[in-house]
Amino acid sequence: MSETRIDRRFRALKQEGRAAFVTFVMAGDPNQETAFRIMQGLPEAGADIIEVGMPFTDPMADGPAIQQAGLRALASGTTLKSTLSMIREFRKDNDDTPVVLMGYYNPIYSYGVDRFLEDARDAGVDGLIVVDLPSEEDEELCLPAMKAGLNFIRLTTPTTDDKRLEAVLKNTSGFIYYVSIAGTTGAAAPKASDVAQSLQRIKNATDLPVAVGFGIRSGAQAAEIAEIADGAVVGSALIDRIAAAENDDEAVRSVMELASEISAGIRSTVKH
Amino acid sequence: MTQLNTFRSGPDETGHFGIYGGRFVAETLMPLILELNEAYEASKKDPEFAARLSSLLKHYVGRESPLYFAERLTEHFGGAKIYLKREDLNHTGAHKINNCMGQILLALRMGKKRIIAETGAGQHGVATATVAARFGLPCAIYMGETDIERQKPNVFRMKLMGAEVVPVTSGSRTLKDAMNEALRDWVTNVDDTFYIIGTVAGPHPYPQLVRDFQNVIGEEVRRQIMDQEGRLPDTLLACIGGGSNAMGLFHPFLDDEDVDIIGVEAAGHGIDSGQHAASLKGGRPGVLHGNRTYLLQDDDGQIIEAHSISAGLDYPGIGPEHAWLNDTGRVNYVNATDDEALEAFQLCCKLEGIIPALESSHALAHLKKIAPNLPKDHIIVVNLSGRGDKDIFTVADALGVEL
Repeated sequence: MSETRIDRRFRALKQEGRAAFVTFVMAGDPNQETAFRIMQGLPEAGADIIEVGMPFTDPMADGPAIQQAGLRALASGTTLKSTLSMIREFRKDNDDTPVVLMGYYNPIYSYGVDRFLEDARDAGVDGLIVVDLPSEEDEELCLPAMKAGLNFIRLTTPTTDDKRLEAVLKNTSGFIYYVSIAGTTGAAAPKASDVAQSLQRIKNATDLPVAVGFGIRSGAQAAEIAEIADGAVVGSALIDRIAAAENDDEAVRSVMELASEISAGIRSTVKH
Repeated sequence: MTQLNTFRSGPDETGHFGIYGGRFVAETLMPLILELNEAYEASKKDPEFAARLSSLLKHYVGRESPLYFAERLTEHFGGAKIYLKREDLNHTGAHKINNCMGQILLALRMGKKRIIAETGAGQHGVATATVAARFGLPCAIYMGETDIERQKPNVFRMKLMGAEVVPVTSGSRTLKDAMNEALRDWVTNVDDTFYIIGTVAGPHPYPQLVRDFQNVIGEEVRRQIMDQEGRLPDTLLACIGGGSNAMGLFHPFLDDEDVDIIGVEAAGHGIDSGQHAASLKGGRPGVLHGNRTYLLQDDDGQIIEAHSISAGLDYPGIGPEHAWLNDTGRVNYVNATDDEALEAFQLCCKLEGIIPALESSHALAHLKKIAPNLPKDHIIVVNLSGRGDKDIFTVADALGVEL
C-alpha cells in the first residue's frame, strides 16, 4: 500500500517529538453548514488528524453524546453522500490534514462497498474506522479498502488478548486506535498508568502508531495520554460543546476553544 | 456452505447462512462471543447439560406442551384440520422460556454473575427475569419506553421477580433500541455479564443457539403428530418478528420436502403504508445488531422504525436463517395486518376459549386465507407461541372498549 496522509502525518510528528491530536466530530452536527465550518477550523485549532463521524440510527457502541450528535445530523438531512461532499469541499483548501471516516457498516453497505471506496478516495478520505467490522469480517470492507489505498484502522480494546491482537493487527494500517476502557464512547477516563501497561503490550506487537481514545476531556488529560501514546483522540467532549451551544456561531467558537486547549496540552509534552 | 441435500446444516463455522448472519460487533465484544461459542459447543457434548436442561423444561417449564386439535376453528373454516401447538401453556406464557432456560444454564456454566436482556412485548423479559430469579442472578432488562407503556402487566411481572427494568429513551424507544442499549451494557460490563438474546438474531452463535434451544417445539410436534395422526403435517404456520418461535417449529421439518412451511410477518397498517414490520417483504439486506439480514431501512442505510400492533413483532429485522430460507425458497413468507391479527385474536377467543398473544394471532390470521380451500385431511400446525393476557389492554384500545 502506498503512503497516505496519515502515514506522512505520524512521520512528521515523530520528528517533532510529540503525539498527534486526533479529533472526532460528526458530519452534519448540528447542521451541515456548521459542521463544515467546524471541520475547516480544526486544523488551525491544532487538530493533526480529523475523524468524521458518519451518522447512523443505531450506534450500538456509542454513548449518549455521540448518539445525540448522530440524531442531530440525521435530522439535518445528512447522508453518506453529503458527508463525502463535505470532505471534498474541505480538501479544496486543505491537502495535508488526514481525514478518517468513522461509523457503522450499514450505511456503507447500503451505498455499495466498491462505489463507496471509489467516492471516498476521490473526496480525499485517507482512512476508515468501522466499529462493527471486527477482523473476522475483513473480507467485507477491510481488504477492499486496503486495495483501494485507504487505511483501515482498527480498534483494540482491553478485551483484546495477545492471541487476538495478532489477528487484529494483521490487516490494519495507518494507526491503531486503542479504546482505553471497555465501554461506550464518552465514558469516564481510565488511569494513565493502566493505559501505559496496555500500550506497551500493543507496541511490542506492532510498529504502527497507537492513538488512545475514550474519556479524554481536557488539555491536562490529553497531555497525560500524549506522554505515553502516539496520539490522543477527543470526541465526546467536543461534541458536548456543540450540544451546549445556543447557536451555530457559538458552537464553532466553543469547539475551537476546547480544541485549542487540548492541543496546547498535547504540544506541552514535546520530547526531544 | 450447506450440503445440497439439507437445509439443516447451517450456519457454517463463521456463523453464516448463505450471505446472512456473521459477527458484526465491536472489537470489545468479539472475545466474548468467541468464548460463548466455545462454551456452547462444549455444552452440546456434555450429557449432564442436556439432562439438566431437559429436567428443568419438564418440571419447571411444564413441557411438553400439548399439540391440540382445534376442532371448532377447523369447523369454522370448513377445510384443513387445524392443530395448535400450545406454547402459551408454558410457564411464563410463551415459547421464550425454552431459550432462556438454555442460555442461563450456559451462563452458569461460564461462571457469569449477572444477566442482561432486551425485550419488546415483555415476554422475553419476563422469561429472562424468571430464570434469573430461579437461579439467583441479578438481572437488568432493557425495554423501550414506548413498550413499557403498552405492556404494563409484563413490566410489573419482571419487577416482582426482582429484575431491574431499564427504560430505553434513545431512538424509537422500542425493541431495536432496547437491543442497542443491552449491547452498550454488555460492552461496559464484559467481565461478569451474560447477555440472553431473545430471538434468532444477533452475532453468531446467537442465531444458532437460540434456534437449537427452541427446536424442542418442532421436535415435540413431530412426535405428537405421529401419535395423533400417524403422519407428518402438511403445513406449518408461525408468526415472525425476530423469528425464534418459527425457527423452533420449522427447523426439525426443513428437510421434509412435503411439509409446506409458512412464516407470517407483521404487516402493520399494510406493506404499502410504510408502517409495518415485514422485513422480508418490505426491506432489503443490511447489517444491524451483529448480523446481516433483511432490514427495514431507507435509501441511505438508516434503519426505519417498524410498526405492529404487536410489540413482540415490532422489530425492523429478522433472524438471518429466515433471510436465507426466504432466498432459497424453502419457506414461504407472507404477512398479516394489524386488523387481520385482531380479527383472528377474537375468533380464537370465541371459538376455542384460548386468548392468543397478538404475535401468535398473526399466524392464526393466515388460516383464513388457506384453510377453507384445503381438503379435510390436510393437516396444519399453527404455533400458538404465547398467550394473550398481556395484550388485553391493547386489544381493548383497538376495539374502542374502555376497561
